[in-house]
Amino acid sequence: MKYVLRKFFWFFFALYIAVTINFILPRLMPGDPASVLVNKLQGVEEGSMEAIRAAFGIDTDKSILAQYGDYLINILKGDLGISISNYPYKVWDVLSKALPWTIGLMGIATLFSFIIGTFIGIVVAWKRKTKVANSVLGIFLFIRSFPYFWLGLILVYFFAFKKPLFPLGGAYSIGVFRGDGLPFIKSVIYHGILPGLTIAISSMGYWMLTIRNNMINVLAEDYIIVARAKGLPLTQIMNKYAARNAILPSVSGFAMALGFIIGGSLLTEMVFSYPGIGFMLYQAVQQQDYPLIQAIFLFIAIAVMTANFLSDIVIMLLDPRVRDGGKK
Amino acid sequence: MGDIILKLQNLEAGYIIKQGDIKAVDNVNFELKRGEFLGIAGESGCGKSTLAYTIMGLLEDNGRIFNGEILYQDKDLTSMTENELKAIRWQNISMVFQSAMNALNPVMKIGNQLIDTILSHKKDFTKRDAINKSKEMLKLVDITEDRMNAFPHQLSGGMKQRVMIAMAMILEPDIIIMDEPTTALDVVVQRTIIDKISDLRKQFNFSVIFITHDLSLLVEISDKLIIMYSGQIIESGLANKVYNNPLHPYTKGLMNSFPSLTGKLQDFGGIPGKPPNFLKLPGGCRFHTRCPMKQDICSKVAPPLQQINNDHTARCHFVKKGN
Repeated sequence: MKYVLRKFFWFFFALYIAVTINFILPRLMPGDPASVLVNKLQGVEEGSMEAIRAAFGIDTDKSILAQYGDYLINILKGDLGISISNYPYKVWDVLSKALPWTIGLMGIATLFSFIIGTFIGIVVAWKRKTKVANSVLGIFLFIRSFPYFWLGLILVYFFAFKKPLFPLGGAYSIGVFRGDGLPFIKSVIYHGILPGLTIAISSMGYWMLTIRNNMINVLAEDYIIVARAKGLPLTQIMNKYAARNAILPSVSGFAMALGFIIGGSLLTEMVFSYPGIGFMLYQAVQQQDYPLIQAIFLFIAIAVMTANFLSDIVIMLLDPRVRDGGKK
Repeated sequence: MGDIILKLQNLEAGYIIKQGDIKAVDNVNFELKRGEFLGIAGESGCGKSTLAYTIMGLLEDNGRIFNGEILYQDKDLTSMTENELKAIRWQNISMVFQSAMNALNPVMKIGNQLIDTILSHKKDFTKRDAINKSKEMLKLVDITEDRMNAFPHQLSGGMKQRVMIAMAMILEPDIIIMDEPTTALDVVVQRTIIDKISDLRKQFNFSVIFITHDLSLLVEISDKLIIMYSGQIIESGLANKVYNNPLHPYTKGLMNSFPSLTGKLQDFGGIPGKPPNFLKLPGGCRFHTRCPMKQDICSKVAPPLQQINNDHTARCHFVKKGN
């Protein structure tokens, strides 16, 4: 319990630091948001200009501390400001359009990649002396060295362009709407297959190699020899003795990967024109939409920290040594 | 002490590596009687652990039995299939491993690790029977039954090794092989473990093959002693005979390498040099490169293991009968 409280404290502490850095960074960059806006809105009267500045929350006249105070209060209220490139929409509204796509696509792809990769890794390590296992290992090493956007381009070229089995891009077909129910869901899945495969295939090798290396280390441990000597069934040794110990580092890695999901997969989303966060961040940077960039960074930071926290909790549940805080 | 329960005949085993075959167990013969305590001593790398793993049928993938027989109650273990071996291993011959620290699965409660041992052998046991049996065994090694729910890291080194002894005894085997079971422990804990083993053996009448590099541990509790050097038995006999009247210069050297507690201080030189490389064994007697009594014949002719008197054999040119 003390462990959880301590982790909780560090979670909030790190969160606060992240929020603060997120406030400082844009203010260190050359060119301030106000001047961008002024350039964009040329020809607007001085009086209206003031009102617009106030509306966007760009009060460069205020002291930096006052700005910081406003910023913190706004974040607590969930007010992330107004998106410059999507005026007059609020940043939150813009973000909430992209978030489900990214979380859905990346989340499912990462989950599948982790489960399948880890499973293959366990078996490959267990049967490491067979030819089949070594060929599988070779194939994964080969796939892992592809750049993932390149894999995406190859998939698009062969399965969407040359042989139009799948759509070239987008998240769902034109003419299908959210309210349509089943046809909409079908269309979403259909559009998600290629980008999902790209992400899953390119990251699977990582999971597979991670668990394989850990497994091979664990298999050399004395308790594996004991388990064999005790005459336990091989599947029990593989699962309860070897994999159960080898999976601990993979689980932390997986939790971390879940955190990075929010950041989206910029290049994959660009290749498939998928309306996710990565694509949105790219557009926001191009249009110097500071409130949006800031909000995306904030979300990425929160997600990574939450994932980190969750990983600590899961490891605590899986590893009794961590539960006791390392004390004897 | 009863009938012969384990008999090794001309056993040759070792490993196949790129540079050649390593015969870490070279023509080893011995007999083990029911309830007997056999001590095997030798330096690191003399083949004593390989011998243990060979008897258990647990050699690594590059390990081989080149020749010979391991007769357990007249059945040859070397010619058995893995499944036949599985039925005997732990059920009839079990083992306590060297590293108490790593022999238990760190993410499983020790109770469950005892229970799974029982359940994988005794098909007629229910979970409840297995739990009761495990508690009973823990009690035998002075561990309270509430420790069933402890994880290995919550136990001390000595407790872990006692759990391993309980685990080795749980199926009531005839033979327990102990491969340096006390090496990682401090001397006080070593003592309690040795005493415990000694008590339990008297109580349950199982045989022990106790392997160690620490000869001083063995002399008090062993019935019989075997000294190994470079894969071969170089001296064997009743423990008190070997101890009081060591014949082989190597055994004498080993005896000299621990100080007496009560006698006056004297130089104890030990044995100079290192054990030979198995890939480049010296000709003649394998010990001649380090032997203080070396003569010309030693580098040319390999001495046989000679019966010196009833219960005492040695592999040296210069031991004579009735010595």
